[in-house]
Amino acid sequence: MATPGHHTLSVLVENRPGVLSRVSGLFSRRGFNIESLAVGPTERADRSVITIRVDCTRHSVEQVVKQLDKLIDVIDVLEVAPDSAIERELLLIKVKADAEHRLEIMRMAEVFNARVVDAGATTLLLECVEHPDRLAALEELLSPYEIVEAVRTGRVAMTRASIANEAARPKLNILG
Amino acid sequence: MSDSALDKARKRTGKMTGAEAIIRSLEAEDVTICWGIPGGAILPLYDAFMRCDHSIQHVLVRHEQGAGHMAQGYARATGKVGVCIATSGPGATNLVTPIADAFLDSTPLVAITGQVPTHLIGTDAFQEADITGIVMPIVKHSFLVQRVEDIPRAIHEAFHIASTGRPGPVLVDIPKDLQQAEFEFAYPEQVELPGYSAEFPDVPASIAAAATLIAQSKRPIIYVGGGVINAEASEDLILFAETLQAPVTTTLLAKGAFPDSHPLSVQMPGMHGSKYANWAIHRSDLLITIGARFDDRVTGKLDAFAPGAKVIHFDIDPAEISKNRRADVTLLGDLKRTLPALREAVVETKNAERIANQRDWLTDVQDWRKENPFRYMKGEKLKPQYIVEQFDRALKGKDAIWVTGVGQHQMWAAQFLSIDGPRRWLTSGGLGTMGFGVPAAIGAQQGCPDAYVVNFDGDGCFQMTSQELATAICYDVPVIHAVMNNGWLGMVRQWQELFHDERFSETNLFGTIPDFVKLAEAYGCLGLRAETEAEVDAVIEQAIAERRPTVIDFRIDHDEKVYPMVPAGAASHEMIDQVWDNDWVEEGV
Repeated sequence: MATPGHHTLSVLVENRPGVLSRVSGLFSRRGFNIESLAVGPTERADRSVITIRVDCTRHSVEQVVKQLDKLIDVIDVLEVAPDSAIERELLLIKVKADAEHRLEIMRMAEVFNARVVDAGATTLLLECVEHPDRLAALEELLSPYEIVEAVRTGRVAMTRASIANEAARPKLNILG
Repeated sequence: MSDSALDKARKRTGKMTGAEAIIRSLEAEDVTICWGIPGGAILPLYDAFMRCDHSIQHVLVRHEQGAGHMAQGYARATGKVGVCIATSGPGATNLVTPIADAFLDSTPLVAITGQVPTHLIGTDAFQEADITGIVMPIVKHSFLVQRVEDIPRAIHEAFHIASTGRPGPVLVDIPKDLQQAEFEFAYPEQVELPGYSAEFPDVPASIAAAATLIAQSKRPIIYVGGGVINAEASEDLILFAETLQAPVTTTLLAKGAFPDSHPLSVQMPGMHGSKYANWAIHRSDLLITIGARFDDRVTGKLDAFAPGAKVIHFDIDPAEISKNRRADVTLLGDLKRTLPALREAVVETKNAERIANQRDWLTDVQDWRKENPFRYMKGEKLKPQYIVEQFDRALKGKDAIWVTGVGQHQMWAAQFLSIDGPRRWLTSGGLGTMGFGVPAAIGAQQGCPDAYVVNFDGDGCFQMTSQELATAICYDVPVIHAVMNNGWLGMVRQWQELFHDERFSETNLFGTIPDFVKLAEAYGCLGLRAETEAEVDAVIEQAIAERRPTVIDFRIDHDEKVYPMVPAGAASHEMIDQVWDNDWVEEGV
């Protein structure tokens, strides 16, 4: 119970000013570190989803879920289990690519379903949407060529379509 | 307000300004009194207070912190939502301490603040402060109103959120131009808060599991927190405890939720709690926790707290369950439902047999109470505990409300007052706000005009909010402020003496500065002084008889300490006590 682990939380919120500060402020106030955070609109204009990745113990994640649920603007909180969800992240990466290595890098990008979205005289800009672990692997493979710049969006997650659930977002049991 | 007047207020419609809409919304929430100070960004509201015909009394205070604590004192004495009002910037930031206090002690409070006009927000305008941002971690919720049409809805939702579930503070920040704008007023009938619910389903399996734990227990104890008072569940608690025949310990916030004089009471647990409460908790095999939250001042060293006990946890806030101590059985929701439900389930078990089997436990605990009462040694100098006892005696049988500041005097009052009903003991527990006493007592008195209200204060605390004596005089609020003047920041001094080799760093306040009698008289209050026991009896009698704003300067022994004491970080049964057994106290049996 006391060993830390990674947890992905999908937080459905009312699309109101200040809601992101309320959610992120809660993490710092209660001493939880956010590893990644992605926020965006949903199928409804008045709702957003904030996807948060934290590294903490099971007890802490239970606490953070309950504290999030107390926020008035939070409609529900779902802990996304990795094996029942699809998780994706977007990576933009600019890598040194001289004439000698250019093709090699492009072939490698293909393996990872990455696309070349821009090219300069000495660099290539790649885009890749993948599971975050795969993005890390791609970055590692590209690192010998010298990464000029890299930026990631933070992961988003959704329970699999193949898991037939009556509710799109099964309610977490926080009632003990 | 009568039901028909309230109904009329809720059905009111018509064109009006945002400022008037605030007043009409407060009327629709049955607000009859509020506290505040006007200023630039809240001027339209104060103008409307004078221009409109309405039923709300506004109390002008001398510092916004006073307004917040008065609203808290009122809320805790009456059970209604307290309302305080301030202007933008410094007015709003002066409310931060009462808001934090209300958050930690779960007090229903609505704070209304003026904000700079919408077109100036974000420009560092004169008296601009991002108050919704500042209070974010210390409110249950907050609103920055952005359209005049949203004012009634924001106030309606603020009252709903502040007063339901686990009560707490809600701030509504309203820009000046919206207070001036006109619109067609209508009060919303319902709230639309999809992310908020204070309702919990009944869980029969949890009731059954809790009843089983009780049936199996040999040494149960009921550990009661302020939640019982917020739930108005004292009567249910008494029935529950009498059915179980289990000892009951009430935290600082819960004093009065269960009668101190009841044979099952073991009074306050924790750092300055009773030996018998701490021993009973330590020895118990079942901790029935009701609206309490395992605060560190109660538990001491957490993993040594009630080490052999299973835990049943009643609460209305799911986030308190297993936060500090893992619960074996959880009962979420309104105590008015869950307590009777569990009591009925216990009656269905072989309860009489269980009570017979645990008779030794109850006898032991009751013997500990008889043999180890709170006590103090008389000396040459006046002892504060004597003053508390004499006040207790003088107001016995009368409706008295006891309010305190924070520190030694607070603990002496908690130990030596015997309080038998809820909402008659108001103290700042979670935040430990020095300066709470004077304004909270004034607000409580305004909510309960017929009660005798006594504020036990320290000389340090008193000076933090004593400007509100002016408010007491202007509105004729006859609180007795009993200042336990030892000339020091006494509790800090006690820690310095015990844990910092008597290095009394910056704690000497020089007890003659100011002259509290003259200070009282300068405001128009009755000022009295007592230095001996004989004088104590005389001034108490006079103060009660005169029934007007009064300050009594009690010159007490500056060397007196609060005992027993669980040192920080120690297990809760490891108490130190005065010279008569000046050592670690062994476990009770």
